Amino acid sequence: MSLVHTSAAELGALIASGEVSAVEVAQAHLARISAVEPQVNAFLHVDAEATLAQARAVDARRAAGEALGPLAGVPIAHKDVFTTTDMPTTAGSKILEGYRPPYDATVTRRLREAGLVILGKTNLDEFAMGSSTENSAYGPTRNPWDLTRIPGGSSGGSSAAVAAYEAPLSTGTDTGGSIRQPAAVTGIVGMKPTYGGSSRYGLIAFASSLDTPGPFARNVLDAALLHEAFSGHDPMDSTSVDAPVPSVVEAARHGDVAGLRVGVVKEFGGDGYQPGVLARFHESVELLESLGAKVVEVSCPSFSTALPAYYLIAPSEASSNLARFDAMRYGLRVGDDGTRSAEEVMALTRAAGFGPEVKRRIILGTYALSSGYYDAYYGQAQKVRTLIARDFEAAFHQVDVLVSPTTPTTAFPIGERADDPMAMYLADLCTIPTNLAGNAAISVPCGLADEDGLPVGLQIMAPVLGDDRCYRVAAAVEKALEQRWGGSLLSKAPAL
Amino acid sequence: MPYDEALERFEPVLGLETHVELGTASKMFCGCPTTFGAAPNTQVCPVCLALPGALPTANAAAIESTIRIGLALNCSIAEWCRFARKNYFYPDMPKNYQISQYDEPLCFDGYLDVEVDGKTVRIEIERVHLEEDTGKSTHVGGATGRIHGADYSIVDYNRAGIPLVEIVTKPIPGTDRLAPEVARAYATELREVMRALGVSDVRMEEGSMRCDVNVSLMPRGASEWGTRTETKNVNSLRSVERAVRSEIERQAGILADGGKIIQETRHFHENTGTTTSGRSKEEAQDYRYFPEPDLVPIAPDTAWVATLKAALPELPRLRRKRLQQEWGVSDLDMESMHNIDAIELVEATVAAGAPPADARKWWMGELARRANEAAVPLGELRITPDQIARVCAMVAGGALNDKLARQVLEGVLNGEGSPDEVVAARGLQIVNDEGELSAIIDQVLADNAATADKVRGGKIAAVGALVGGVMKASRGKADAARARELLLEKLGVSE
Repeated sequence: MSLVHTSAAELGALIASGEVSAVEVAQAHLARISAVEPQVNAFLHVDAEATLAQARAVDARRAAGEALGPLAGVPIAHKDVFTTTDMPTTAGSKILEGYRPPYDATVTRRLREAGLVILGKTNLDEFAMGSSTENSAYGPTRNPWDLTRIPGGSSGGSSAAVAAYEAPLSTGTDTGGSIRQPAAVTGIVGMKPTYGGSSRYGLIAFASSLDTPGPFARNVLDAALLHEAFSGHDPMDSTSVDAPVPSVVEAARHGDVAGLRVGVVKEFGGDGYQPGVLARFHESVELLESLGAKVVEVSCPSFSTALPAYYLIAPSEASSNLARFDAMRYGLRVGDDGTRSAEEVMALTRAAGFGPEVKRRIILGTYALSSGYYDAYYGQAQKVRTLIARDFEAAFHQVDVLVSPTTPTTAFPIGERADDPMAMYLADLCTIPTNLAGNAAISVPCGLADEDGLPVGLQIMAPVLGDDRCYRVAAAVEKALEQRWGGSLLSKAPAL
Repeated sequence: MPYDEALERFEPVLGLETHVELGTASKMFCGCPTTFGAAPNTQVCPVCLALPGALPTANAAAIESTIRIGLALNCSIAEWCRFARKNYFYPDMPKNYQISQYDEPLCFDGYLDVEVDGKTVRIEIERVHLEEDTGKSTHVGGATGRIHGADYSIVDYNRAGIPLVEIVTKPIPGTDRLAPEVARAYATELREVMRALGVSDVRMEEGSMRCDVNVSLMPRGASEWGTRTETKNVNSLRSVERAVRSEIERQAGILADGGKIIQETRHFHENTGTTTSGRSKEEAQDYRYFPEPDLVPIAPDTAWVATLKAALPELPRLRRKRLQQEWGVSDLDMESMHNIDAIELVEATVAAGAPPADARKWWMGELARRANEAAVPLGELRITPDQIARVCAMVAGGALNDKLARQVLEGVLNGEGSPDEVVAARGLQIVNDEGELSAIIDQVLADNAATADKVRGGKIAAVGALVGGVMKASRGKADAARARELLLEKLGVSE
């Protein structure tokens, strides 16, 4: 098997044992990137020289006899919403074109400390707002399964890079489903950790109370290794959880659902769900039962109000978070010709620098927070949020995990929903409740839809700080399905 | 309208919002230092510059200081509260929102008692909350130094993120014609509370304490309050008083002419003592407050708050009561000392060994007069309590009389050195060399033979003129009492 088809865990072991060098691994991935990027467009920035320099540093540490971590020398694609001192950081927006931060995000710093080799920065919907990566100011990323389709979003560059074997691992951020939905539609694993389990410091904020960094990988163990590498308490993030990282790697190594109580969320399914998605989901539930899980149906009535609540809370926070992009200290500046006031320059810059979806959400959020509307919109949405958390709480008294399809449909064609925001927003129907409640959820491949032969994801939701449960169940499902398929789902993808 | 007339027709209602910069070592939400006067934009980091991705973390020392302020102002302390974002665009505000507190202040429902005209006035405190300061804009070019008409503006972000406590009073009715004095007394008292707590250097001229003064008027006998204005840019205690007075006069004039008061922000002008219109509240922003999602709620431990309360220092008003007893002075004397910030100076002078009456006499007399002439606060005169105590000691020891002492003070204030150095350099020692004094007396007796005869003839009171002659001839350096004794002795008269 070629190096680009090798898992992160194996690459780490090969590098640690000296069988291959980190430089060789990096070169193989850079070559793959050169070969497929013209079709996929997963990356906004790749710097071969900088990549090789990082790889050489890892090789030097090994040569010096240093004990290396499990992912030292393993390449990674980094979502371009985390600050990096040695690469531009744009958040997929024109307003930050060419911006180079003076500090590393905590996630970035921890990747470096773990010896991961950052290949480059991946494409995303502008400021992580979207479900297709079509909202990037730098052009859409394409789904490696079908280049006419979207790779999900907002972390579509990260999902596509992993699905296209450009990187064994990538980082994402999940605000309403931005890791799980891209993972589902590209046939890979994507995890949204418990809110606060991974640091937001240096993550360019979309919605502060929802944003959660998490890993992408081609298998459950790799995702867990990456999860463990960058998670944990960060004093720079006040909302960071001051608790040990759940033992996710251990859980991923020992997939097991015997005796586990699994709840099927009654509210997810029916109208608006693609039959092929539901078919694979029901098979997954049967599989869990056959593996020894006790499956029950669980009702979470408030989940049906999650989407509207999310589209008030997230844009409200975004309208404030994005106020700092004002042309004063960094980024794009338009109209500064000596005749205009600062306010005019701010307005012209924001008009030119933000794309339509970002503007839509800023306007929506500004409206929802306005005097006279706050109680009816933002205030009401916060109440819904409490109800959703209570539904989860009640459900987790009955069951250990909840399951649902990750997304109602498989990857849709590029352009299909670009002019229909409501249709686009529905892509996150099943993922949003978890963001509102702050608990953990993973998406793991569970087959191909009959209609279009495209990947379907199974979502496994666990309580707050129950991240290890997600991995334990996902690993069991992955093992059973790969035995059935005779390999990974991704191995069925057409060659690029 | 003249003040007296205004007060005959209207009753004022006051309100004060005071911002106090806390003297913490680091900023409110990052680790940057807070030193005043550093080169522009040298005390900044990703957090206080609001670089993409940066997050705030709350300064625990600032939270503690705010709770101590709340306790000193007799407030309840919230068991659970949150920061909130106040959203508005302004170039000196890096995030284009200010992290502040909205409907969940850290401290609420307190009071501060102040003394005015010998009476105690209780000022109710609505809330004390914690927020961050903005950067400082300088508008270059243009006539006014304000943003309108400026050629360009520059921003210093060193101040951005410095912890700021806002103390808001409830509306204060019933002050009547004492409204300006009440406002000043409140600001003065508040400043002393801050000093006693050691939470801020409260320098109004450096902006580490800033007062916004709200004033409204209603016709006498009315029960509904009038429309208020908020006057900003009030940078001294004296200005607090003047701003209230000026706003009462201005509003009364408008109301008397049948006009309406516009709810607006006004700016106080130190040079004219009047206010001008700032931005009208009608065009004011909707701040779109919402709970700050980047920060966890503050939930001060009850036991810890109790510890802080127990450890509060003696508060200024109680301290003044104690000192008043120790010094044996009247309420009015105490208040006049308080009004010109003399209490600490007198206390320090007494601590340096001077009798309270003497310490008070110098600070409230000669030195108050000189401070007034120079239009500087008493505490900024170039003389220390130790130096005053030394002068008092020299007078008590007979080395100086009051007249000479005044000259010594003048010398010290002129920068001529310590009291002893001034005495030496100016030759101000009292003449108690009996030989020299005797010679001066002989000369005076010779020059005033007629007066001398009167005294000899039994009109002892006339000796005063001769003593005056001796003092004049000695240019004030003679010991007047000794001169009188010698004069009577030489004239052969006894009392």
